Amino acid sequence: MARIKSADREAIAGYLFVMPNFVGFLVFTLVPVALSLVLSFVSWDMLTAPKFIGFHNFVSLLGFHREAGRLVSNDPLFWKCVSNTLFLMLIIPVEVMASLALALVMNQKVRCINFFRAVFFLPTITNGVAICLLWAWIYNYDFGLMNNIIARIGTFLSLPLERVPWLTSMVWAKPSLMLMGLWIMVGGYNMILFMAALQGVPRELYEAAEMDGAGTWHKFWNITWPMISPTTFFVFIMAVIGGFQGGFMQAYIMTGGGPDRSTTTLEYLIYNHLYSWQHVGYAAAIAWFVFIVVFIITVFNWRFGGKLVQYSHY
Amino acid sequence: MLQDDLIQVGMNKALAGFLKKGAIYLFLLIGGATMVIPFLWMLSTSLKSYSSVFIFNLADIQWIPKTIYWKNYIDVWKVVPFARFYLNSLFVVTCVTFGQVATSALAAYAFARLKFPGRDKIFFAYLATMMIPGSVTMIPVFALMRTFGWIDTYKALIIPAIFSAYGTFLLRQFFMTIPRDLEDAATIDGCTLFGIFTKVILPLSKTALATLTIFVSLGNWVSFMWPLLVTNSIEKRTLPVGLAYFQELYQYAQPDWGLLMAGSLVTMVPVIIVFLFNQRFFVEGIKLTGMKG
Repeated sequence: MARIKSADREAIAGYLFVMPNFVGFLVFTLVPVALSLVLSFVSWDMLTAPKFIGFHNFVSLLGFHREAGRLVSNDPLFWKCVSNTLFLMLIIPVEVMASLALALVMNQKVRCINFFRAVFFLPTITNGVAICLLWAWIYNYDFGLMNNIIARIGTFLSLPLERVPWLTSMVWAKPSLMLMGLWIMVGGYNMILFMAALQGVPRELYEAAEMDGAGTWHKFWNITWPMISPTTFFVFIMAVIGGFQGGFMQAYIMTGGGPDRSTTTLEYLIYNHLYSWQHVGYAAAIAWFVFIVVFIITVFNWRFGGKLVQYSHY
Repeated sequence: MLQDDLIQVGMNKALAGFLKKGAIYLFLLIGGATMVIPFLWMLSTSLKSYSSVFIFNLADIQWIPKTIYWKNYIDVWKVVPFARFYLNSLFVVTCVTFGQVATSALAAYAFARLKFPGRDKIFFAYLATMMIPGSVTMIPVFALMRTFGWIDTYKALIIPAIFSAYGTFLLRQFFMTIPRDLEDAATIDGCTLFGIFTKVILPLSKTALATLTIFVSLGNWVSFMWPLLVTNSIEKRTLPVGLAYFQELYQYAQPDWGLLMAGSLVTMVPVIIVFLFNQRFFVEGIKLTGMKG
């Protein structure tokens, strides 16, 4: 038997090591990506045979038609969900800045830091359904904690404060979900990333600035902020990417996507098309729309991320 | 005179430091209270009976119930098959975590150390798929599950969840940092590649393996949308889906919030315990995956 060269043996071993993972990767990731693109050109209810319909799904999704002399979108619900998703993402800058502020405070050689970090991290490790149930109860119109507090403040200040229909009014439903999102996110992964970034800023920079008589505010804007900008940018981009895919659980557990579809995000719309209405092809088309948006953001990140932020030269 | 000035400056500094410390702790206490109060409300509600949850007089809200109603914690296992949900979740999470850590470690070793044609191209494919939204692949995989006849089976809950580019990426990054000298020494001693993997690489990567184990098990413990899609019968539900089903029982009435909150708390307990004992792996893991920029 001819001897196998050691390089060949290494290559064979390499394939064997990768094989178990790669087979799964192929079947459950690579092939499905291609399949979902195919599905987006198909009309299929999972019961009858799929029908190829070309760009029809995308025309329904993104197109407009003329109705009584006015341009009307072919799928107003889709655009409503796009705007809902974007609206809910308005809280992201607040979340990022709040995480940064918390990280700045936690970095001040605080006692019991593990305790505080655990407290702020609690929502991140709690299962989302439990969180949504808890907040549905807090926002309960008749007996919830929020309206309770408002009533007490009203009594205290002798003002006629009215109960707020947190989850059941068009005006309040989105802000309520955003407030809950802020509560969940503020002490989570982002804060820990910020803490790590803050610890990575060289101490000499602060010492040099102190010699020049720089105050706290000055040090923050001229040293801390530029030095941690890669982390800020990364955290922000990841939050935006996550935001386009968010909102499913809140809609499913707390609001049912209502009132009047005002809390239906793209992710919940995909679920509705896929599962509730059996529009598999249409769901795939929306998923690809989200994919393309996320892709553009990622490319933007690669292309301009380096120019917008100050990378450390140490 | 000069000395007095210096003392004055020193005292001012001490006072400023004291005020700053005070402000920091005040901030943390207010922030901490904001985080904890909802959970205390959850606990308080879970210890109230159905009727006493609904206090109509808002001034009379009880944080500590007058009569503590432990029965919710017994009833929650009877009203819905909560024990079954628990066992399902434990079983699924154990299988997925073991499968994912094992297959990811094997692949990560090959990507980090072995030379084979196409290696970098395959690894790039792994990286490229990491930014694809979950729903893009979820739709066809859901269709695949129906074609395979796997809907409402443990196979559908476990097998697609095992394979992740993320785990492979995380472990590969860690394996790259291990010095090669140790492997060279093992090769000279006649160790096979698999021997090097199990006797050198794995023991040196305990932190990374623990981190991945924790992230995968937590991620699957709270996983909701996929189990919701692929299970129909109550017997196959995992905890989050079971909890959602529990709430749906009350679609047309004011839910029994005491029971729901007791159920929610019961699902949180194991994760909190795991977190308290492994906080450092969470922190390390977040840094490891988040700081690639």
